[in-house]
Amino acid sequence: MNRTPLRIGCAAGFSGDRTDAAGPVVDALIAAGGPAVLIFETLAERTLALAQLARHDDPEAGYEPLLDELLRPVLARCLAGGVRIVSNFGAANPPGAARRIAALARELGLRAPRIAVVSGDDLAGDAHRGLLLDALGRQADGLSVVSANAYLGAEAIADALLAGAEIVVAGRVADPSLAVGPALAHFGWARDDWDRIAGATMAGHLLECGAQVSGGYYADPGYKDVPGLATLGYPIAEIDADGGCVITKPPGTGGRIDEHTVKEQLLYEVHDPFAYLTPDVVADIGDAQVQQLGPDRVRLSGVRGHARPAQLKVNVCHETGWLAEGEISYAGPRAEARARLAAEVLRERLHGLGTLRADLIGVSSVFGDDAGAWAAGLGGSDGRDVRLRVALQHAERRQAERLAREVTALYTCGPAGGGGVRTALRRRLGIASCSVPRERVDAGFTFLPTGAGAA
Amino acid sequence: MSIDQDLVVPLYRAAHARTGDKGDRANISLIAWHPQLWALLVEQIDEDAVRGRFAHRRPGRIVRHLLPKLHAMNFVIDEVLDGGVNGSLNLDGHGKALSFLLLELPLRVPRALVPLLAGPPLEPDESNNQTGDKR
Repeated sequence: MNRTPLRIGCAAGFSGDRTDAAGPVVDALIAAGGPAVLIFETLAERTLALAQLARHDDPEAGYEPLLDELLRPVLARCLAGGVRIVSNFGAANPPGAARRIAALARELGLRAPRIAVVSGDDLAGDAHRGLLLDALGRQADGLSVVSANAYLGAEAIADALLAGAEIVVAGRVADPSLAVGPALAHFGWARDDWDRIAGATMAGHLLECGAQVSGGYYADPGYKDVPGLATLGYPIAEIDADGGCVITKPPGTGGRIDEHTVKEQLLYEVHDPFAYLTPDVVADIGDAQVQQLGPDRVRLSGVRGHARPAQLKVNVCHETGWLAEGEISYAGPRAEARARLAAEVLRERLHGLGTLRADLIGVSSVFGDDAGAWAAGLGGSDGRDVRLRVALQHAERRQAERLAREVTALYTCGPAGGGGVRTALRRRLGIASCSVPRERVDAGFTFLPTGAGAA
Repeated sequence: MSIDQDLVVPLYRAAHARTGDKGDRANISLIAWHPQLWALLVEQIDEDAVRGRFAHRRPGRIVRHLLPKLHAMNFVIDEVLDGGVNGSLNLDGHGKALSFLLLELPLRVPRALVPLLAGPPLEPDESNNQTGDKR
């Protein structure tokens, strides 16, 4: 077994993350000198469905819209320094993303990188219709399907790297698999070495949200102070041959990594900590420990693993209608009373369109429930700077649009002094989850043919 | 007030938290600021306390997972997000702010452990403020 540690840096935690994070990460990986991989995680649950809609409009679209911004600053350094790149930024169109990367390399005057495209996650086609209907059961009734994707594991990524890929472009893979794939390829672990795979999985879990482990999404002045939030360093995991890891970040960057930032991210979006399900392993952090080794260096150890699930999770995104939102501000004497009156007017005007949520931003908003039980319990509080925000969902666009018109009409028909109307209408997507036998999903990879991506 | 009487402080003095979501399910981690504060969390911040704090959202099943080696616990709260980010009308459909709703629960702390609490020095009147709310 290869005992040399593997460094994996993560330069994006979602589609919409900072695009200037990769530079310091790549510099630190190259300076460290050993084998290294750069990952970008850009695919939240709904992102793929939005990408699928984009691809409907433009067959070459459907991959991460900020692909150029993410890669352009670091592609030359990665190719020259031997830092391989693994990402799910292929979204609904991994071949399209691969072609774009090949074209970008050419624009930058670089040699053609070996780009692998992971396939098999997309189950929306006719070939898988029966499989999906069976898996969804009664959830399938009346669904207007936008996308259906299985969460692939790390094996196709590992195989692509072993075959010599310098860049691996995937669509839907489980987020931690972006790190597990390189670890499998580098260390040559058996594919059922559950403890080690679980260790790499939790390393990937700590990385997958980018700066959320290195001080991002953590600061609370006076209680949880974080230096340099504007220049956060994105995380690097140093994974050892036994699957343990040290989380650190590039020198000279902002943020902090300590036992508390690591624990918060370790439990982020985990349900049962004794059985964290991924396509690669069932990870168990019940006995895991974190230990500060030095400034911005924390070790995670004691992760155990159990045999991977026989089924793969599938998310089916479907259209559920339209979300309409509108806002208007009131300030000064009796501002809250005027905002409450405006909400009453809207309730009367929009009666029959379903639940109308009304928030008094500045008094109460996000803690509250859609039905208004929280707000009712608070009573009036004489707020002097209040923004009324209303929202409703409707299956029909034309009905949902009525909310925007009624909020706008408050300019002349509502309470005194209302200003700053903003309205928004957006498509709503629902997600139905199911699982399918792993052998029914044909996960694999292919290399982008040389010369592809020519303008 | 006798010298050995417990203080009541807002939970955020003793622990920090982060919310995650999947569909209509939220998980909220709760992590002690110091190993010696962990037992207070185990004793006082249980499923019932969380159910009370989130009652207006009519949660379904609530499970608390204990992680003694991390001095942490993880609450998994079902049907607490009005359908979640794809179904809720909430501005914060993910429920990301909910960790701070949890962190205002009151916590009784023995005076001997008060030096371990996070944040600025306790104001004399803050020790008996049940909610930590300064309004």
